[in-house]
Amino acid sequence: MSSYQIASLGRGLIRSSRLRSFVRGHGVLAAAGAVVAVVVLASVCAPLIAPYDPNAVDVMAVSQGRSAAHWLGTDDTGRDILSRLLYGARLSLLAPAAVVLIAGVLSSALAVSAAWLGGWWDRTVSALLDVVFGFPGLVLAVVAAAVFGAGLTVAVVALSVAYLPYIGRVVRNAALRECQLPYVSALRMLGMSGWRICLRHVVPNLLPIALVQVTMSFGYALLDVAAFSFIGLGTQPPTAEWGLMVANGTSGILAGRPEQSLYAGVAIVVFVIACNLIGNGLSTRLQGETR
Amino acid sequence: MIWRFIARRTAMLVVTVLVASIVIYGALFIAPGDPATLLVGGGKPPSPRVIEEIHRQYHLDDPFVQSYWRWLTGMLHGDAGQSLSYRDSVTHLITDRMGNTLFLVAYAALLIILPGVALGTLAALRGGLGENLITVVTTTLMAVPTFVISVLLIWWLSVRWGWFPAYGSGVGFAGRIEHLTLPALALAASWLAYVAQVTQAAVRAELASEHVETARSRGIPERFVLRKHVLRNAAGPIFSVSGVAVAGLIAGASIVEQAFGVNGIGALLIQSAAKQDLAVVQTLALITVVVFVAVNTLVDVVTAALDHRVSLEAGA
Repeated sequence: MSSYQIASLGRGLIRSSRLRSFVRGHGVLAAAGAVVAVVVLASVCAPLIAPYDPNAVDVMAVSQGRSAAHWLGTDDTGRDILSRLLYGARLSLLAPAAVVLIAGVLSSALAVSAAWLGGWWDRTVSALLDVVFGFPGLVLAVVAAAVFGAGLTVAVVALSVAYLPYIGRVVRNAALRECQLPYVSALRMLGMSGWRICLRHVVPNLLPIALVQVTMSFGYALLDVAAFSFIGLGTQPPTAEWGLMVANGTSGILAGRPEQSLYAGVAIVVFVIACNLIGNGLSTRLQGETR
Repeated sequence: MIWRFIARRTAMLVVTVLVASIVIYGALFIAPGDPATLLVGGGKPPSPRVIEEIHRQYHLDDPFVQSYWRWLTGMLHGDAGQSLSYRDSVTHLITDRMGNTLFLVAYAALLIILPGVALGTLAALRGGLGENLITVVTTTLMAVPTFVISVLLIWWLSVRWGWFPAYGSGVGFAGRIEHLTLPALALAASWLAYVAQVTQAAVRAELASEHVETARSRGIPERFVLRKHVLRNAAGPIFSVSGVAVAGLIAGASIVEQAFGVNGIGALLIQSAAKQDLAVVQTLALITVVVFVAVNTLVDVVTAALDHRVSLEAGA
């Protein structure tokens, strides 16, 4: 539980012999990492590898099955499903990443300041986290959409607030323990300011815990963002996004053509399973090292 | 001791609901533009005469505390105002749809708890291949979002095999069972997996504990050991995770209602949010938060009462 461990993690990834032994010892984790890497790479390179413009409508090729021209077929307006999946990965991954990063930074700042200052501020922060925890995230996002209008930005901001307690509670508990360690009072006696102790020593030591929490929340955030787009309050058509693609495909399902919903659904499920495996792996590793 | 715990949890419940209600009502005023526009719904600016009328009707020009208090007491009396986009009273809109949602949530809760606990116990007792199979299936199910399961169920059981209708809420008990089976399955799936996994972990932990070993070594019949020593002690975590699941169902019902076209309050919440009809959204959001928080508090209190090892001091 120290900055040394992050450094050693980084060294392990850089030195290829360490990487190879890691892969041998953690087959599942390595496979999950490979899935995430491939999807991220494909979304970044979408303009290079996508065979069509994701929004190009082709009235001559409506609702087609798999073919050489369209590997995964076309949707009900003749748009290429593979291209939409590739481009759709961008928003589908960026939005939940923004959610967990905003929530992670904000809640860590709240948690560390609460643990450091204690007193009424700590009680206020804890109460705030409890209140947000009692508010179902989806309901918060729906209210936000009703007030500000449907859209992805509104959903991301609302979900960031809803995710505060999932990260904040864990970081606060860790920060309370950290602030009682002897080195903190030693630094204090040396005359170091509270700001400096927190930013230079406490926060770096809590970083692994916060990062694990952020990773573990990412999969859930992805599901929440996609669900929000699915019900029509998130990403708006014609933008390509996985949750919206599942919703768009439902009319095709009733006509016996489930491809669009199916592929987008599979993309979501596979990616989330990979993320959860990584989160669990990191969390087990962290627990093993703290013990 | 337990009474102090209950009192503190109840106080927290009231505070949470109060803060939530302030946020929900205050949302009207942090929105860009005139709050009256949001109460009309549809996002279109109404005529000045209508705006003036709404300001009068909703007391929008009063100080915030005063108009908030009037809104909250109105809610408590069952008067939630008028929905202008549905041309109906909000209370009537909700009572019309409440039955479908309650039926759906109760049905899903039944589908979660019985098979979830049974599968989890079975996996922990049997071990081996069965355990691995159940673990793999539940881990996968937990990663499949409700809306994808909804779409898959519509595809397999409705379109391909024609077992169940894909759309609507049904009338009467038999009609509801017919129409709400797929939505309830979709709603239950990932929570079922969660309950099964927690049950499995809890039962396995008890099986490995010393008091079970002692009981066995004293020659107490296996059946008796299971019932009195393993399941009784595993009941705490199983109950608390089941409660969390039911609370989650209440919050998640809106997605399956929307996916299956069930005429319930969850779908009403989403549709009125899309129409920006804030009178309906505020009422439904408040109801959902109250039920969600109340169920969670109840679960905490019952868990503490069931298991005296739960630290009542650290419960907050």
